[in-house]
Amino acid sequence: MAELKIAHYLNQFFGQVGDEDEADLPPQQKDGPVGPGEALDNALGERAEIVKTIITGDGYFNENKARAREKIKEFLQESDVDMIVAGPAFNAGRYGMACGGVAEIAAELDLPFVGGIYPENPGYDMYKKFGYFIETGDSVGSMRKGIADIAEFIADYIDADGSPGTPEEAGYLPRGIRKNFFREERGARRAVDMLVKKIKGEEFETEYPMPSFDRVDPQPAVPDLGEALVAVVTTGGIVPKGNPDKIEASSASKFGKYKLNGVQDLTSEEFETAHGGYDPVYANEDPDRVLPIDVMRDLEEEGEIGELHEYYYATVGNGTSVANAKAFGKEIGEELVRDGVQAVILTST
Amino acid sequence: MKLNLERVEVDEVTFGQENSFDDGLLTIDKKELLDEIEHDHRITSLNAEIVRPGESVRVMPVKDVVEPRVKVDENGLFPGFIGEEDQAGAGTTRVLSGMTVMTTGNVVGFQEGIIDMRGPGAEYTPFSETINVVLTCEVEEGTEEHIHEEILRILGLKAAHYIGQIGLEAEPDSSESFEYESISEAAKDGDDLPLVGYVYMLQSQGLLHDTYVYGVDAKEILPTLISPTKVMDGAIVSGNCVSACDKNSTFMHQNNPVIEELYRRDGEDFNFVGTIITNENVTLGDKERSSTLVAELAENLGLDAAIVSEEGFGNPDTDLILNCKKLENRGIQTVLITDEYAGRDGSSQSLADASPEADAVVTSGNANEVVELPPLERVIGHQRYADSIAGGFEGSLQDDGSIKVELQAITGSTDELGYTRLSAKGY
Repeated sequence: MAELKIAHYLNQFFGQVGDEDEADLPPQQKDGPVGPGEALDNALGERAEIVKTIITGDGYFNENKARAREKIKEFLQESDVDMIVAGPAFNAGRYGMACGGVAEIAAELDLPFVGGIYPENPGYDMYKKFGYFIETGDSVGSMRKGIADIAEFIADYIDADGSPGTPEEAGYLPRGIRKNFFREERGARRAVDMLVKKIKGEEFETEYPMPSFDRVDPQPAVPDLGEALVAVVTTGGIVPKGNPDKIEASSASKFGKYKLNGVQDLTSEEFETAHGGYDPVYANEDPDRVLPIDVMRDLEEEGEIGELHEYYYATVGNGTSVANAKAFGKEIGEELVRDGVQAVILTST
Repeated sequence: MKLNLERVEVDEVTFGQENSFDDGLLTIDKKELLDEIEHDHRITSLNAEIVRPGESVRVMPVKDVVEPRVKVDENGLFPGFIGEEDQAGAGTTRVLSGMTVMTTGNVVGFQEGIIDMRGPGAEYTPFSETINVVLTCEVEEGTEEHIHEEILRILGLKAAHYIGQIGLEAEPDSSESFEYESISEAAKDGDDLPLVGYVYMLQSQGLLHDTYVYGVDAKEILPTLISPTKVMDGAIVSGNCVSACDKNSTFMHQNNPVIEELYRRDGEDFNFVGTIITNENVTLGDKERSSTLVAELAENLGLDAAIVSEEGFGNPDTDLILNCKKLENRGIQTVLITDEYAGRDGSSQSLADASPEADAVVTSGNANEVVELPPLERVIGHQRYADSIAGGFEGSLQDDGSIKVELQAITGSTDELGYTRLSAKGY
């Protein structure tokens, strides 16, 4: 009896349904392994068993995301599996995105996920945090090795009781997840040790490899500000008194959207700051100091700007993770574009 | 300039009729202590309690932690606040080791740290291993936050100074001397050894993110050299708020581990020739100026390499990276000490700035990681702030008194002077 029951996700091609003409195939399920699943099942031996195969057309998955995901989730919930395996997707973009989507579903169901993928496939970078991706070549020619590597990882995963160690130790692609642990020596001693090695030209290992950075190019100037609908967005935490959305003082998990209709000036009776990263006295005394609605109204009156947008958006920038900030920015940006806003003033602290 | 640092090991602290030190037992006359340190008419209540490692006690929100020390012959402790500048950094300083003074009270918006003396939270703070004299101080309603901060800051220094004096009657258990020589002397110590310095970044974002050097607000300083022995005598004092995990308490400055480690290998692997303090002001102009002056000073000292330690996170990440780039561009090799804000799931970018020159980094861990602190029997201070302190969130304080909170709320947990062993790695 195998130690682990697996559901295997494949696209229409590897699921042996058909070629591109079957790309709009909705999710199907079959008992037991199919295609590459048979090779994987053999490689796993007694350790694990593929009990179910889920097949979806790449086109269908990517064009009907919500429906596809819901159906796949249903299949997984009704079957008693311990792990989800997907691919290998090699460098096939849509297949990789679908495998990544399945990784996200697995994370929602609290099931471990193992996928096979080529590192430049966008599905890896976008979904790497949801599961373990094993590196394969860019084409089907690397199938044999890919299957062997996935099987080896799964065996290691079982041996390690679900905690397979770092990417280097366990042979999966980095997931971009930082985890805390205690090192042998205190930080100051490690720093001096590292400095001595660096001076001597010896090999050393940085504890935090620097990421490559997102840079946003400045956009062209607004051609006619006097006609523009202008919005204000702040990370300075200015909220209606009482902080109705309970935005956190640090590490915000949300943003708020508040009406400005009829508001000429932010008063200490009606507004305050939720931000925990600075002395709040001056912001609470006059919230315009962080979010200058009084000045915006003057500019509106003087015709410097066309009109102030009827809502403002606020969150707390203090300690808020880049991923959260990025998500807030995207959502706020989409709403502002939808509402016809042409320019935004961002205020921080 | 030479400083003898004598350590007296404190095994137990108790309150009694009069001050004494006898065979590891420190007795404090509580009434006299409170009378001596109550320095401001706006203080409405003041109390002192003792907490010990392993006790079921939570102290929160903690404003500062200070180590009791005393100058044996001079009056140089906490120069600019209590002592004289020209009497600090030399002579003999006696340390009451194994204990601290801690300040707490109704101080939200300040350095709101949690210190658990037992349980999972205790693993993350170095102050669960010391005996702590906790001062709970409340001030008049309506006292502005920056005044409130100052009252508590000075209270902690006065208490550490007062208790430190009891150490004058003790026999020291150990003694170590540290020398701050002229640059030319320091450079000669070992033959042809590389010259190493320390770039000591001080929190100075303002609005309660402040540090004081000889009593001067670090926002107002230009990068300059400081004697490490003066740092040991309390020349650098914390006036900080929020995210207690990586703001240096005054204790951390007094015991700066980077300085200790550099002295430990001085004359063997390198010659430790200078400590440069610099600030972390918020405008780009200030950042450019300070980082340029740091690099020029380092170049002028002839440094081959330097350790750079950050204080805080986010905005100061820019100062850290600017210091690194400008030093490396002048051929001065760097190792940086920082912590990370990688989100609760660890998947976000850890720093607000980055650069390929920063190829040697020591990390003190991800401050966003969440820990669950079970209820403890006694709380000193105010537990109700669990939801609103930095690192807390709605629902942090559970009905049973347990607290689910990010590590950033725990005092000293991701200390960027490298005092602790916490770190992070990539998965």
